[in-house]
Amino acid sequence: MVSMLIPGLPLLAVLVALVVGWRPAMPWAGVAADGAVAVIGFALALHDIHGSVPSGAGGNLRVDSLSAFMVIVIGLVSMLASWGSVRYLRYEVSTERCTPGQAQQYAVLIQLFVTTMLLAVLAANIGILWVAVEATTITTTFLVGHRRTRGALEASWKYIVLCSVGIGIAFLGTVLVYLAATHAGGHSLHALEWTWLSTHAHALNPAVMRLAMGLLVLGYGTKVGLVPMHSWLPDAHSQSPAPVSALMSGVLLSVAFYALLRFKVIAVLCLGETYPRELFVALALLSLGLASLLLLTQRDLKRALAYSSTEHMGLLALGAAAGGPLAISGVLLHILGHGLAKGVLFLASGEMVIADGSSDVDDARGLLARRPALGGAVGLGLAALLGFPPFSLFVSELTMMRGEMANHMAWAVGLSLVALAIAFAGLTTLGRRLLFGSPPGQAPSQRTPLLVMAPLVAGLGLCAAIGVFTWPFDEILRAAAKLVTS
Amino acid sequence: MRAHGAAAALLALTSGTVLLCAALALWRRAARGIVSALRVQGFALAGTAAVLGVQLHEPLLLVTAGLLVAVKGVAIPLLFGRLVQLDPSSSETDPVVNVPASLVAAVVLTLVAFVATRPIVESVRGVPITLVPFGFATVLIGFFVLVARRKAVSQMVGLLLVDNGIGLVALLLTTGVPLLIELGGTLDVLLVVVVLRVLVTRMHAELGVFDLDSLQELRD
Repeated sequence: MVSMLIPGLPLLAVLVALVVGWRPAMPWAGVAADGAVAVIGFALALHDIHGSVPSGAGGNLRVDSLSAFMVIVIGLVSMLASWGSVRYLRYEVSTERCTPGQAQQYAVLIQLFVTTMLLAVLAANIGILWVAVEATTITTTFLVGHRRTRGALEASWKYIVLCSVGIGIAFLGTVLVYLAATHAGGHSLHALEWTWLSTHAHALNPAVMRLAMGLLVLGYGTKVGLVPMHSWLPDAHSQSPAPVSALMSGVLLSVAFYALLRFKVIAVLCLGETYPRELFVALALLSLGLASLLLLTQRDLKRALAYSSTEHMGLLALGAAAGGPLAISGVLLHILGHGLAKGVLFLASGEMVIADGSSDVDDARGLLARRPALGGAVGLGLAALLGFPPFSLFVSELTMMRGEMANHMAWAVGLSLVALAIAFAGLTTLGRRLLFGSPPGQAPSQRTPLLVMAPLVAGLGLCAAIGVFTWPFDEILRAAAKLVTS
Repeated sequence: MRAHGAAAALLALTSGTVLLCAALALWRRAARGIVSALRVQGFALAGTAAVLGVQLHEPLLLVTAGLLVAVKGVAIPLLFGRLVQLDPSSSETDPVVNVPASLVAAVVLTLVAFVATRPIVESVRGVPITLVPFGFATVLIGFFVLVARRKAVSQMVGLLLVDNGIGLVALLLTTGVPLLIELGGTLDVLLVVVVLRVLVTRMHAELGVFDLDSLQELRD
């Protein structure tokens, strides 16, 4: 029953938006709903450590420690994004950049988007997962194009076409898994369930599963934004309204990555360690390499953040390739930390767009002097993203690397460190120009409204707290990681 | 045994038609012609599901066939119809790869599909499985359309070719995925087409063309 309730919460916010229409207070419903999702996720995760599995919706939805953890991630990051949306929508409506009707449409779509992501992580079988991930594309396309500029139109077109193709390939992979499952004695929906697949993995036809796994990695990898299927990502992230970019980068990519984590377990059980690991390592190193090089040339903060997302997805893929409990708990912690840090940075970039008209670094130089609070948040966000303590990304990157070393992947760790160093150079150069550069023209110093700062401070605070205190995440992560290590 | 042979022949006919329509979509330049090819393809896909349903006495497959007729045979072509009326310039007057070369590419892609699917065809037995390359070739031709055609309507067609090809592969390999998934998937495709249509209409309102070459601002 509980698993039915979780996706219902953002749907309530959708209902509120539909019924009351645009009011300056209306978007708060989404903040409340997403916050409640995070709280329920916590309760479930703590409850689940003791090993009970509530399921609902005729067995199509279920919660285990891993999905409960993902519910927490989705809840927290969407709460920040919805919080940022309050400001975004008020500003757009008050400056008549968007009509009240369009603001209502935005509020509806963003919570539908959260619902579809929740369905994806709560899906008990790989068919429902696929339908839900496809649905995330549909709900986000109009959000990407919400600002109605030429660039936004181009980005949304590219986004929906590329992601639909990717998800089509993932469907082919799903069909092949189904084929293997029916030949191994599975029947109908039952044969697509995660639990059935992992208990019968050894009986699945390896030739079919090899092909299936390749297609699934390619398909869901498109949505994760792994190189070479990443080309939609920088455009969509840079053209979307900031809260949408925060959600896409912070959680949508990770939700698709969650699918890969689960499929990898089945692949390892059926095909052994080597093949899935090679697939993941190849995509990880490609993503890390290309994204970090492109980071060096970026002059737009949002585009730079987009490439940094691809880079971090590469790190996750490398951790997943290693696969042991240590590496996987690092991967999961990194998903959470990256979601929070990236969410904060994208929301801050939205405020830059409002103040300076663009997210181009050269238009916003001297941010720290002109707007100390916002500049400080950006600086801390970048520090978190670069892996400085006390933020949790420091712990998670270290944990992943220890896991990778333990699995004899020293050479891959070495290559990833080179990429990280390049990315570090790129982001710090960009950050230095943005924060300390001489301001363009006579830009007056401004105070940043509390409504803007609150989600930024909350996100950074959470990210630091998770990095410092081990409770409660150490137990949750251990339980969740156990599910995806064979 | 005779009935079995007839069913196999019918299956070959319907799935062959799916591939043929993909080639037709490459051959025709007029947007109207391309959309007709898509419509026939939708019906052929539904036909495949129906024949399999009758052959295997699986009533759920007949439901799938009905769903496919409604969505891919009727609704999606209707959605395209309005777009094509809106702007005659949606026809491919000057494709990036010209038509004869495209058809040669289609032949090559079909051969590739036969070679690439051999491992599956050999490792899993059954009459419908031997037809899987038709579906795979349709997918590849869809990819080709996506890469080689720049009109917005053509790109939408490319996407649907990929989807129909995958649908055919799914039907032939597994005699249909569970109905719930089929329903979700088909609904998703319908919604994707609706979204794309809105985007094309917006593009038309802003730029006056259906051409993706006019949208090239974002790059590194």
